[in-house]
Amino acid sequence: MDSPAVEIIDLVKRYGRTTAIDGLTLSARRGAVTAILGPNGAGKTSTIEICEGFRRADGGSVSVLGLDPSRPELRARVGVMPQAGGVPPAMRCGEWLRLMSRFHAAPLDPAALLERLGMAAHARTPYRRLSGGQQQRVSLAGAVIGRPELVFLDEPTAGLDPQARHACWELVGELRAAGVSVVLTTHHMDEAEKLSDHVVIIDHGTVVAEGTPSSLTGAERQLRFRARPGLALDELLTALPTGSAAKESPSGHYIIEGQVGPELLATVTAWCAAEGVTADDLSIERRTLEDVFLELTGRELR
Amino acid sequence: MTTTTGLDFSPAPGAAPLPRMVAAQAGAEIRAMLRNGEQLLLTMVIPLLLLTGFSLAPLVDVGEGARVDFVAPGVLALAVMSTAFTGQAIATGFERRYGVLKRLGATPLSRGGLMLAKTLAVLAVELVQVALIAGVAFALGWRPAGSPLLALPLILLGTAAFSGLGLLMAGTLRAEATLAGANLVYLVLLGCGGIVFPLSAFPDSAEPVLGLLPISALAGGLRSVLSDGAGTPLAAAAILAVWAAVSLVLASRTFRWE
Repeated sequence: MDSPAVEIIDLVKRYGRTTAIDGLTLSARRGAVTAILGPNGAGKTSTIEICEGFRRADGGSVSVLGLDPSRPELRARVGVMPQAGGVPPAMRCGEWLRLMSRFHAAPLDPAALLERLGMAAHARTPYRRLSGGQQQRVSLAGAVIGRPELVFLDEPTAGLDPQARHACWELVGELRAAGVSVVLTTHHMDEAEKLSDHVVIIDHGTVVAEGTPSSLTGAERQLRFRARPGLALDELLTALPTGSAAKESPSGHYIIEGQVGPELLATVTAWCAAEGVTADDLSIERRTLEDVFLELTGRELR
Repeated sequence: MTTTTGLDFSPAPGAAPLPRMVAAQAGAEIRAMLRNGEQLLLTMVIPLLLLTGFSLAPLVDVGEGARVDFVAPGVLALAVMSTAFTGQAIATGFERRYGVLKRLGATPLSRGGLMLAKTLAVLAVELVQVALIAGVAFALGWRPAGSPLLALPLILLGTAAFSGLGLLMAGTLRAEATLAGANLVYLVLLGCGGIVFPLSAFPDSAEPVLGLLPISALAGGLRSVLSDGAGTPLAAAAILAVWAAVSLVLASRTFRWE
């Protein structure tokens, strides 16, 4: 039986007196896309860099493809896309990719890969003259050119325009279809929701929730509407089936959770009518990962 | 961008053979050095200007013999310093700052392989410098005495010493500090390392101290081999060997990769 792509148990990392990672445990399956989701400063990059062998853990155990992350043989089996930089600014991006390809036994064709990422016209452009999004794509190309078994992508779509972001998502989908394990960090909820088989939400250096995107958001749906602020929700709740919840957040925006069906909808609208309240923008929605995230971390993304 | 080309992403991991990785990295380093205008100024233009200027014009008293016979070995020493020390320190300092060294650490190319590639690149650029400088010097009437082969071990020792000093600087200081420091050291050693101004031009008390500098040892050693036709200058070789050993050990102990 294969070991997981990444297995982290009780990881601890400190920088001086700050504990960046505090007993983090997670496992990334082979052949799957695992997203590590969290606000800035949650410990995402530290976790990834320990897996990449760039940093040493202060406690706990980490194994990558069943091996200690410092093992040199992993360098050929693992592709890395750092959050920023890593390419000599004066080097032409085609030249850099060719160099990367020469380090591997059976690499992808650098020109074809640039073409695939919409960068063929920039092959002779020095890296520093590329836009931020183009630099990200070159960096992504560098991670996959050696045909690795596992890739670590640290915020792969930061700074990308919508088209480039979709192209990146498509590439991640292709990697997964080809049997490559992918571990990526992001703070875009939609990205984690669309791309990944498994989402790990971390905050303050520890896992606050994990599961498939749908298990995290749950089957639960919400009824949302807008009305004048300060409705007496306690009264409404007595009319709703037990187990329902109602909240006003932010002011004037109401969310009702529970067995959201025709019956609940009818109860809410009837109650509003009786109160002389007009409910605007009434909608039934599935909870998003963002709702889950904010619930768990109790704060806005930073 | 939306077309799915026939790229096969299925895993086929494996490192290339070490010689291929080192050759690829060395090639990239050589191209970077030869393409960088500031570096070419330090490694090619300034040495050739000094060689021609000080050989043709009676700017300093070089004692007996043709001026070019005194100047050419000094300029060869300067060329070694400019590439192995100044150029390498600045380039490596910025590679560290831009995360290039860190990124290369995630490739199958080992740190040993990277250092080997850097050394080969420095030696290749030095070969170009020596060919250019010797060519111009011959045109200016340089007639080296003795065996040029004796110059080779001195150049190699000098390269090791200057590389060690350059990497020591690049691996510990901020990139901007390395840039400023490496240029300053280049200027100071150009002035007082016996390259075009003989050490005898300095006060008697300074001369023995200046003679212990790696640049003076290299320039003096090359001069005694190429101008005086002497055998291997053991004192100069020993000074360079000590600088090389100390700087390389210190650099390897203190080098920070990011």
